[in-house]
Amino acid sequence: MSLPPFSYAEIEERLEDMFVELMPEVIQHLTEFDIQTQDALLVLVENAAATSHGLAFQFGERLPRAFEIMDLDTIELWLNQAIDVFDSKGLYGAIEKLDELESVAKHAQEKLTGIAFEDVAGILEHFVIGLNGRKLKIETDRECYTDTETLFLPSMVNQFTEKEDNFSLYKCMTVHLWAQTWFGTWRHDLFETLEQFENQRRSLQWLHTLEAIRLDACIQRELPGIHREMIRLCKLANIKPLSALDIPHTEKLKSTGSSVEHSLDILQKVYALEHPENIHFLGRLKPELVEHRRNIRLAKEKDLFRKAIAHILEEKTSKKISSLSDEEKKSIKAEAVPNPDVPEGFSYKLELDGESIEPPEGVSSLMDSIIQDLGLIPDDYLVAAGDGGYHFEKDDDKPDSKNVWSGTYHEEGAFLHKEWDFKRQRYKKNWCAVRELDVHTAKSSFVNETAQKYSGLIKNLRRTFEVLRGEDKILKKQPYGDDIDIDALVETWADVQSGMEMSENIFTKMHKEERNIAVIFMVDMSGSTKGWINDAERESLVLLCEALETLGDRYAIYGFTGNTRKRCEIYRVKSFDDLYDDATRARISNIKPQDYTRLGVFIRHFTQVFADVEAKTKLLITLSDGKPEDYDGYRGEYGIEDTRMALVEARREGVHPFCITIDREARDYLPHMYGKTSYVVIDEVSQLPLKVADIYRHITS
Amino acid sequence: MIQAKALKPEEHFIDEEPYYEAIGEEIEVFLAAYQQQIPILLKGPTGCGKTRFMEHMAWRLKKPLITVSCHDDLTASDLVGRFLVSGGETQWVDGPLARAVRHGAICYLDEIVEARKDTTVVIHPLADDRRVLPMEKVGELLEATNDFCLAISYNPGYQSVLKDLKQSTRQRFVALEFDYPSSELETRIISNETGIDEDMASRLVKFAHMTRNLKGSGLEEGASTRLLVHAAKLIKAGISPVTACHTAISQALTDDAEMLSAVNELSSSLF
Ligand SMILES: Nc1ncnc2c1ncn2[C@@H]1O[C@H](COP(=O)(O)OP(=O)(O)O)[C@@H](O)[C@H]1O
Ligand SMILES: [Mg+2]
Repeated sequence: MSLPPFSYAEIEERLEDMFVELMPEVIQHLTEFDIQTQDALLVLVENAAATSHGLAFQFGERLPRAFEIMDLDTIELWLNQAIDVFDSKGLYGAIEKLDELESVAKHAQEKLTGIAFEDVAGILEHFVIGLNGRKLKIETDRECYTDTETLFLPSMVNQFTEKEDNFSLYKCMTVHLWAQTWFGTWRHDLFETLEQFENQRRSLQWLHTLEAIRLDACIQRELPGIHREMIRLCKLANIKPLSALDIPHTEKLKSTGSSVEHSLDILQKVYALEHPENIHFLGRLKPELVEHRRNIRLAKEKDLFRKAIAHILEEKTSKKISSLSDEEKKSIKAEAVPNPDVPEGFSYKLELDGESIEPPEGVSSLMDSIIQDLGLIPDDYLVAAGDGGYHFEKDDDKPDSKNVWSGTYHEEGAFLHKEWDFKRQRYKKNWCAVRELDVHTAKSSFVNETAQKYSGLIKNLRRTFEVLRGEDKILKKQPYGDDIDIDALVETWADVQSGMEMSENIFTKMHKEERNIAVIFMVDMSGSTKGWINDAERESLVLLCEALETLGDRYAIYGFTGNTRKRCEIYRVKSFDDLYDDATRARISNIKPQDYTRLGVFIRHFTQVFADVEAKTKLLITLSDGKPEDYDGYRGEYGIEDTRMALVEARREGVHPFCITIDREARDYLPHMYGKTSYVVIDEVSQLPLKVADIYRHITS
Repeated sequence: MIQAKALKPEEHFIDEEPYYEAIGEEIEVFLAAYQQQIPILLKGPTGCGKTRFMEHMAWRLKKPLITVSCHDDLTASDLVGRFLVSGGETQWVDGPLARAVRHGAICYLDEIVEARKDTTVVIHPLADDRRVLPMEKVGELLEATNDFCLAISYNPGYQSVLKDLKQSTRQRFVALEFDYPSSELETRIISNETGIDEDMASRLVKFAHMTRNLKGSGLEEGASTRLLVHAAKLIKAGISPVTACHTAISQALTDDAEMLSAVNELSSSLF
């Protein structure tokens, strides 16, 4: 049974509630939909209005046209793109984006049969790392090419009418680009060679085709499954596969052991011929780009390798590198050993005075990368360099933290989380961006004062927590165990004498409680906590830390606040690794009320943090005033339902969520969000640590 | 329950030579350590031949082999023994370690770090030159004969703060490092063990390498020799290579949907 649609007046009223005015003809248009659609569209208008009323108006104006060419999901996507633009470029930029509705619609249509990069990126990234060689990254660009560190693929493939085939094409393009890096297309300085030709464009095109033929044969030998797929796609697209191209002199390219040198030889012979059309999987060769990348990498890796050598020498000889003679600095050798797994047919191992050396972590892959570029480890790489103070940075692409924080929008450096939209009963993907910031460590007497103020309580608490620490218990009447339970045995004996069956439970067993708990406290720093609640939170944290220190459990404390979905912020007060030291104490003191509370995203975030923590029991305790509210529509039922969903997800991941609400009255939605047993309401600081002790007892017993 | 595992050590003689391809000098080192009565630590990822190696050595030395797979509930009493009741009387029953000491057998404690920490207390006196097993419950000190041998295994890949082998333990042992064999050797192992042809075996090994490339980039561990043996057996029984890899290898490595697709794409690209 469905309700009648909203009337003109009803729609107008809802719009008034959001302070949005729309043209009469737009409202008229809205009356024509069923109530679900109307509701969904009004939610979108509301979302837009949360960003800017001007945007909501512009969005509404274009709705009738949008509805002719897009479905509801696409409309949402289109609006979200405009909202994103709004954040960086303001209303005018957003309107420009809205005006692109025709192309957004077309794109969406293509997406139905096509495959978007983002849908398969996860698979392709794993796939290409599984293939041999340097770990390659994958990104999108207009053309398909590689710089030998990243493979660039189109953001969408829709050449075929079946999704499966389009995915196949993505895979084949990936493999061909990988093959360039693995089978040595870039071993030779192509730039220089190509310069000798009059028409460089032509020579590059020919070289690419020759190399493609050579690589195709390599792929056929090494990855026959993929090769079959390539042939199949060519048939589908009605073009000749590479192996069937009729180009003179290319037979040799197809045999084992052929290299880019052969392609260059043949290039001289075919250069003048007409180039065949329509060659698949090709993309482009970009020698200038590769040259640039490669030079940077060669220099960096040579430097790293020589330092690594120095490090090894220092370890082996127990001498400082500066005290070694020039001869001694060259005493590590690289010996070739046959290895059928690599195209060169052999790899290298390091030796010192004829004894082989196991390269340290990271150096093996460094050697592999050097060999991938050069085919061998040149002699001048084997000269120890530097002071031996060797720092091998595995990942030097870490973004500079300053740049990360200065970004206004969620790109690099932020963690993206989904959000549950109860009205539409589905998740909004990558909806919220979380960043980690540091709390000031300005000195403050707050902690000392608190500790003094509650010194009696703290003593008590320590005792309570000590009991919690659990001692070895002797379990009685066990079916098996370390010792006889004499009492039980006597009892049983009596039973047997009186004709009853003998019990087997006559052992004692030592039960060792190995505590293995990790707790994260997430502390509400929203504006609504300003005043006594914030003080209470900070005082509670001091008491908690004092008490938890006696337990020896791992615990972390983070503050959270935010201003719209794009600026969700967490403040590290104490990570699992931080000690409860002066700096941590200062950070507790400096927790200040800030903006709004968007609970769900933080619960998701810390659930994810827990995924990397090894612990039997994972506790996520929220300290809050219990009002999930944010500026952009995250309030009332929406916020409550998202929070509830995030809690369900957390439990599914094995995290026990618990909420301690500091308030003077209980809220009726708390049991709905947290479940009856997983929240408490307190109105006095002194109650809090005892409640925490209760939670501990409850969860760990 | 451990009682059920306390099989008679004399049943553990291995009559037929277990197939084992030596990777380095592990056989010689083991023999030397055995003669010198030094306990042995086998280090290496799961499924790379440690258990097989122990069976092979037991056969060579003509000693019974008692294997205990350690788990996080395994206590010292499970190894040493405990009182049981039969016919209304209590009776002491040796645990596997005590049996091995008493009968001069080889005792292999697999994945020792999984066991509760108190187990190391009972193996320490056995693992230094005292070579005794304290049996507190019965007030005895069981002295090992020259035949007895203690071996433990440990997977450094799973290292974590909670589960690391203590220095005081590891420094009592001669360590043999196990790793996946070279391609050539692994191919030979697979084809000898299962009877599939060398070409198919070498493709399986290639696939294993692909998954090993992914270790640390989404996979906790690459495919072990054991998984390859499983896949090869399925292929031998008529299952297609792609399906065999999917069921015997990919599914064993991960539950993550994207990773699973990627790994499956890798295997189908090889066959
Ligand atoms: N060096 C080897 N020689 C013979 N078979 C091996 C070898 N390495 C591994 N295998 C095969 O792999 C399987 C798993 O090895 P296993 O000894 O159970 O591993 P681990 O004890 O290290 O987990 C064996 O059953 C055997 O089929
Ligand atoms: Mg709030």
